[in-house]
Amino acid sequence: MEAWRFFKKTLALVMKGSLAYYAWCFFLLAIVFIGLKFYTAQLDYGLIVTNMRDQVSWGLYIANFTYLVGVAAAAVLLVIPAYIYHFDPIKEIVVLGELFAASSIIMALMFVFVDIGRPDKFWHLLPFVGKLAFPDSLLAWDVIVLNGYLILNIYVPVYILVKSYYRKEPNIKAVVPVILLSIPWAVGIHTVTAFLYNGLAARPFWNASILAPRFLASAFCSGPAIIIIIFQVIRRISNVKIANEALFKIAELIAYAMFLNLFLMGAEIFKEFYSDTVHLAPLTYLYEGLHNHKALVPWIWASLSMNLAAFFIFLIPKTRRYLVTLNIGSLLIIVGVWIEKGLCFVLPGFIPDPLGEIYEYMPNMTETAVSMGIWALGLLIFTLFMKVAIPIEAGTFFHSKHETRNE
Amino acid sequence: MRAATYSFLILFLSGTLFQLPGGTAKEEFPVPPPPLSEGIFPCSACHEGMPVNPTKRELKDAHTDIKLHHAEGVRWCLDCHDPTNRDKLKLTSGELVDFGESYLLCRQCHGPIYRDWTAGIHGKRTGYFDGKRTYLLCVHCHNPHDPKFNPIKPEPPPYRPRDRHNVR
Amino acid sequence: MKMLSAGFLAGFVGVGTSCNHVIDEEFLQKHFLEMTDEEKQRVVRRLEEKYLREYGKTAHVSTGAAKPKTLWGYGLDLSRCIGCRRCVYACVRENNNSRYKPQLHWIRVIRLKKGNLINLENAEHYYNPETVPEEDFIYMPVQCQHCENPPCVKVCPVHATWKEPDGLVVVDYNWCIGCRYCIAACPYKGRVFNWTRPNIPKEELNPAMHYLGNRPRIKNVVDKCTFCIQRVRSGRYPACVEACPTGTRKFGNLLDKNSEIRYLIENKRVFRLKEDLNTEPKFYYFFSL
Repeated sequence: MEAWRFFKKTLALVMKGSLAYYAWCFFLLAIVFIGLKFYTAQLDYGLIVTNMRDQVSWGLYIANFTYLVGVAAAAVLLVIPAYIYHFDPIKEIVVLGELFAASSIIMALMFVFVDIGRPDKFWHLLPFVGKLAFPDSLLAWDVIVLNGYLILNIYVPVYILVKSYYRKEPNIKAVVPVILLSIPWAVGIHTVTAFLYNGLAARPFWNASILAPRFLASAFCSGPAIIIIIFQVIRRISNVKIANEALFKIAELIAYAMFLNLFLMGAEIFKEFYSDTVHLAPLTYLYEGLHNHKALVPWIWASLSMNLAAFFIFLIPKTRRYLVTLNIGSLLIIVGVWIEKGLCFVLPGFIPDPLGEIYEYMPNMTETAVSMGIWALGLLIFTLFMKVAIPIEAGTFFHSKHETRNE
Repeated sequence: MRAATYSFLILFLSGTLFQLPGGTAKEEFPVPPPPLSEGIFPCSACHEGMPVNPTKRELKDAHTDIKLHHAEGVRWCLDCHDPTNRDKLKLTSGELVDFGESYLLCRQCHGPIYRDWTAGIHGKRTGYFDGKRTYLLCVHCHNPHDPKFNPIKPEPPPYRPRDRHNVR
Repeated sequence: MKMLSAGFLAGFVGVGTSCNHVIDEEFLQKHFLEMTDEEKQRVVRRLEEKYLREYGKTAHVSTGAAKPKTLWGYGLDLSRCIGCRRCVYACVRENNNSRYKPQLHWIRVIRLKKGNLINLENAEHYYNPETVPEEDFIYMPVQCQHCENPPCVKVCPVHATWKEPDGLVVVDYNWCIGCRYCIAACPYKGRVFNWTRPNIPKEELNPAMHYLGNRPRIKNVVDKCTFCIQRVRSGRYPACVEACPTGTRKFGNLLDKNSEIRYLIENKRVFRLKEDLNTEPKFYYFFSL
């Protein structure tokens, strides 16, 4: 009954808003709708409507999935300092960061969902009901850890928010163990996702032990960079106070992570190009082009330049602590890392294919529309989360009459 | 196929009616009948009574389609075909064998290949591999007078990933 | 999770609203290895009715199990292959593969420059000269190698593919979720995807089928060479063996000392593709010359 009342109040809350809020929501809904149109066609005709083929059997969907798992994992970057070092400016915004992580995981799972050919057989993945191949298949591991991470990242903010709704102090004992668990879990989701590729001896480009550390390093760049942007939006459109100091701290952490990412990337480039074995082919394809096939070359160099530029912006205190350059750096990282661990990571695994064939994949209209639909849906979910969470955090949305009754 | 059945019939009849020596040699390998040209067997139908000409020459009156490209420098028709009994093949030992056992002739020079053939490694087996498999004779695939395979046209390559036959 | 279950539900409803009893049954169908004989018979009957409806032909779908004391092995004589691709198309016809949109080939014949065998980076897949063989090249057909240690089986998240007791790596097309992880894991390009419903000319349907083999596939699932499971389990040679005009292809039981495959392993120089990956293929390339 109480839950129903809360739900009704929430519903009323998200239905009301400024003109800009409506415009934003309908804009997102329109994109979602277009994506849905393309997705139903894909369901109907099969994945032949995409540009994926046997030679390159994963494409834009799985690229986005990989990127978003990284973004989601980066929530720990906010959790660690906030809870372990009691770094105050960050503590108040952790809830928002975790809700963002949850939205990212939802998007990541949706990208897997649109990529699999038989969504009607999705129930085969359910433990006990279906036949989940745990622990043999890394994809089974991923299903478990991603859903687990989603639950953790929903539990913590919801617990804190509900407590605030009733104007009560959160019970530290109920939430700290979960937060502590979510730290290794975040590392876990991205490690498992890296291992998903890493374990395939058939694909030398992915079969490098440096993969998991590199994944983590680049995730700790892209996730926080998005959060820097989002927090500035939130503090502009609401009365939640997010100190500049918090943003600068995040930016500083990004600089360290980006250094590590570039270093690991360099280590891999050295190893492959200097030893110059047959396994160099995918890297050659990526950085120089192979047998006159060069589709990815401009992308990887653009990405590398963006990441380098952003690294210097975030390293130098003057540019890091200046909002304009901070935002430029963040955007460079968001795009740069998306290219690097999206298409430029997934595709060279398939090019050349195990029998040496080169098929230059680039996503088509269907894949682009469906992907944008998922991003829009993810943003919409996050917007609605914020619509509820911000007033609670700000203390304007709370339980009015039943403060002392059951929670 | 029909030609093969005919020649087999003729071979069979000639074997039973005339009771030629060597016609009942034990069958070591189950082989289909040899691929003789239609109407060409028995050879004796024409060769009976014809004088034997052992000179190496270009054939002008009959068998003009045969151009010997099989160690032709050292060999001639009568090295393998028996001059007196044209319905038989002749081994170097002088022993006569049926056309259906021509592998006995081939193995005289191609020992290792014959060994592979008996094991089922050289040549092609069809049908059932446990028990009822069929051996093809050497001459089913190799023209004995010109045994090297001729080049053939390959089947078409697969469609490329973005070929119109591979997109909706 | 909410989104996920919503999507899941949407999928369910999408299937449900087709209001088709057969589709519902297909939707809830069990994993092949978990079906009782009776359930298998029911599924087979349903499939045979479906094929009669769609292709106008009475098909026989076998669920025959592996024979005892058999482990199938394949030999391919690189000295003999002339790259004519007869095997490729014989396989397509025997196995009811989609002919176009999409075209599914279980065998890939690659052309390599002489003097270059292991580095496949310069392999040509689309060679199309007037005649084969060509002077400067050798040809290497590649198909599923039926590994003893198959990486594709290990990665499948739902056990939709497995190794049978006679060594054949098979797929339950009705259990596959179409994630294509196995395609990524296979070092031999041994697996292909049905990017949409297969296109098989009605008159060319091969009615002698096996549940785990050449029955017509469904949209968005993975399939692969099964060494012609429908033929070899009744003692016949695979279609590619019979189609080869040069006797390049050999087949037999690795546990039978008198088999062709054992003879060639013991007497010829054999190698297996990408042995360094430790997949232990049961597909032996050899040189007779």
